[in-house]
Amino acid sequence: MQSGPSLPQDTLTPPVPSGGKQGAGSAITHSRLENGLQIVVIPDHRTPVVTHMVWYQNGSADDPPGKSGIAHFLEHLMFKGTKAHPKGFSDLVAELGGQENAFTAYDYTAYFQRVAKEHLATMMGFEADRMMGLVLTDDVVAPERDVVLEERRMRTDTDPAQQLNEAVQASLFPHHPYGTPVIGWGHEIETLDRSDALTYYERFYTPANAILVVAGDVETSEVERLARETYGRIRGREKPPRRFRPQEPEPRAHRLVTLADPKVEQPAHERVFMVPSYTTGAPGEAEALEVLTHFLGGGHTSLFYRELVIARKLAVAVGAYYMGTSLDATRLWIYAMPTPATSLEALDRALDEVIARVADHPIDEADLNRARTRLVADAIYAQDNQASLARWYGASLATGLTIDDITRWPERIEAVSADDVQKAARKWLDKRRAVTGFLLPEAAA
Amino acid sequence: MSAIAEAALSSRAGRVQRVFSPGGIEAWLVEDHAVPLVALEFSISGGASQDVPTRPGIATLLAGLLDEGAGPYDAEAFHRALDDKAIHLSFSADRDHFSGHMQTLERNTDAAFDLLRVALNEARLDPEPMERVREQMAAALKRDLNDPEAMGNRAFRAAAFPDHPYGRAVRGELGTLPSITRADLDDLRTRAFARATLKIAAVGALDAATLARHLDEVFGAWPELPELVTVPATSIANLGTRKIVDLDVPQTTIRFGRPGIHRRDPDFIPAMVVNYILGGGGLTTRLFHEVREKRGLAYSVYSQIQSFDRAAMLAGSTSTKNERAAESLAVIESEIKLLAREGPSEAELEKAKRYLTGSYALSFDTSTKIAAQLVHLRQEGFDISYLDERNKLVEAVTLAEAKRVGERLFGDGALLVTAVGRPGGM
Repeated sequence: MQSGPSLPQDTLTPPVPSGGKQGAGSAITHSRLENGLQIVVIPDHRTPVVTHMVWYQNGSADDPPGKSGIAHFLEHLMFKGTKAHPKGFSDLVAELGGQENAFTAYDYTAYFQRVAKEHLATMMGFEADRMMGLVLTDDVVAPERDVVLEERRMRTDTDPAQQLNEAVQASLFPHHPYGTPVIGWGHEIETLDRSDALTYYERFYTPANAILVVAGDVETSEVERLARETYGRIRGREKPPRRFRPQEPEPRAHRLVTLADPKVEQPAHERVFMVPSYTTGAPGEAEALEVLTHFLGGGHTSLFYRELVIARKLAVAVGAYYMGTSLDATRLWIYAMPTPATSLEALDRALDEVIARVADHPIDEADLNRARTRLVADAIYAQDNQASLARWYGASLATGLTIDDITRWPERIEAVSADDVQKAARKWLDKRRAVTGFLLPEAAA
Repeated sequence: MSAIAEAALSSRAGRVQRVFSPGGIEAWLVEDHAVPLVALEFSISGGASQDVPTRPGIATLLAGLLDEGAGPYDAEAFHRALDDKAIHLSFSADRDHFSGHMQTLERNTDAAFDLLRVALNEARLDPEPMERVREQMAAALKRDLNDPEAMGNRAFRAAAFPDHPYGRAVRGELGTLPSITRADLDDLRTRAFARATLKIAAVGALDAATLARHLDEVFGAWPELPELVTVPATSIANLGTRKIVDLDVPQTTIRFGRPGIHRRDPDFIPAMVVNYILGGGGLTTRLFHEVREKRGLAYSVYSQIQSFDRAAMLAGSTSTKNERAAESLAVIESEIKLLAREGPSEAELEKAKRYLTGSYALSFDTSTKIAAQLVHLRQEGFDISYLDERNKLVEAVTLAEAKRVGERLFGDGALLVTAVGRPGGM
């Protein structure tokens, strides 16, 4: 469903470099246990492997004020152990040949294991155990906070482009918590402690706030039976969690954010618009934005590439990305790298001209068809990968969508007309809704 | 499911067909119609190690240009032909290989193979796309100029393999990128695009006869033998030295390495097992426990065995704030020496074997992963049966063997280290 580079999410660990059936996506089911846990099953019988995920419907945008980074810090601490597994269960997962990790995003936090199918019940037992049984001591909390600070140094403090992006997001959302990075601000991460983590845990980690997603070589009835025997035994917390998020007012002023750093040798440009998501948009609106994004910045045949890279030679690279899966109003990104002879100001003006032309001129049917075809094909390509399918469903449900929304997404994309796309461009690619970011070399002293 | 089908499934090798085209081109095929998709991967010998020594980046530039105009299509028309049918086609070059990656909806299989054929046999290498892709490569190099990880890779490569093709930059150098000529590109494809080193794997909704027909169309016109420059065998130089690269950032990015054990070496499997114990696994390795979990020194710390065609190394990396970077390195060095001296425990060996055998299946759950695995296997010279033998080889590793190979792999623990940042006390 994503048409651009996927967004950085903060994961527990970075990937370690190493070395008569039906595919995923058929007969997907959705049910609910009495304690409120949702269950999604995505059968994929090609390989005897399963992907087991638990999604919690809370992310960094639910961090309390002054405690930025707590959702992500807790995600790390979830590996520290329970009464039943005082040292955590990572060694046990590995001994079963399983791979595991977790990630935190703005709207959700998810934990997963990938294992041979016969170990699914064991994984469910482990994950159910830590849903409400986490035990934390200061001995494990303190070094893990240092780990998170090193993670922030690695991702952000050594990378000017990432620092600019943080400033752009903070400017786009001066009020809504999407303006705060998922990993948190460094000065606040430094203050997070055991009691912050447990308070947050007790607020959100409960079956009624969780979505179980199992993809792989499984039968729905068996998964549901196993879920009842594991997760089903958990009595949830008394109060189901609620999210309290201040909403962003309608933006009225274009903002330009500039970061100059001596480490920058290749300037870069980004433009981020605040736009509706699949969850907040009127019917068809997010789909129109998805097609528009693809039409503008989806690869070598897109309008931006043809105009700015090929025809006018102002950029070496350009693209666009719509982060449609989002609980609240979201972002549509345009990013470009100028050629050596082009200033960021000139590139910025050219970008404005192309956007203005889309709003004023009819969209070529062949271009529109190509964008729709590629998006619909993405849904077919996704069937080849149970893990990415599990992520697509998990993220969608955790941001308030339904199974039906996902399975009928290709039809709705097909239904997007040239007129819809043009209207979306006029309405949402209004510069007053946007922040522009310039990444520059530090001017010579 | 019938017992026969169960048996076929439990044998990974049993699902792979060896397909020969009428013209004699071999491919490995896993036919599976569950999803209406086809994935194809191939590689040939002749990556960046074939670049002209004074002008690295030739193979990378060629890989970037094959889909920028070919046969009747100019660059834009070629991309349009791909995108109109949502065909994914790309090429890449690493040190030793030039590779192609194709994925298509089943209904567009013929069109996809035809575009692959045109790209591989009739790429135009026109001046406009050539300058454009060259500029894109330059922009990527500029972006990486002060990036700690890229700087570390550059420093490590130069120190580890001086005066050897592996010491050169696969993606080129800013200073010499402009000097790559059209003739360089033509020369590389003439020398490297040949059938003798071609390894092909296909997975998905495709039968053997159809695949065989397409193989001849795509690769049939290639000559049998390549004319490659011989790459001499080599090993990491400058062991025991530390190169510090100054960069004004709060964290130091450390890379470390020493000679490894090659994929084709009989000791490779035990070496993989002991490396898993050191730093090759996820959340359970000695380095993870000591560097990250116990001391909070880093987010990422790992080691791996890298096999190039003509060299093997044990290599790893971590990033720690400048004030404590020396401590991270000291912990890593002492863990390597400890494992060399004492070997793993029986329990660690058992756990490593269980993980490595149990997780093998996870590399085979998507078409593109399977196809890439099969090509990789063929590059390393293994037969289809290895898919079933591999776990048995892991299971057979004894404690004595693990200790012996650990000693061989870690030796005296001497490392080549590069550190980018402003590390204190290193």
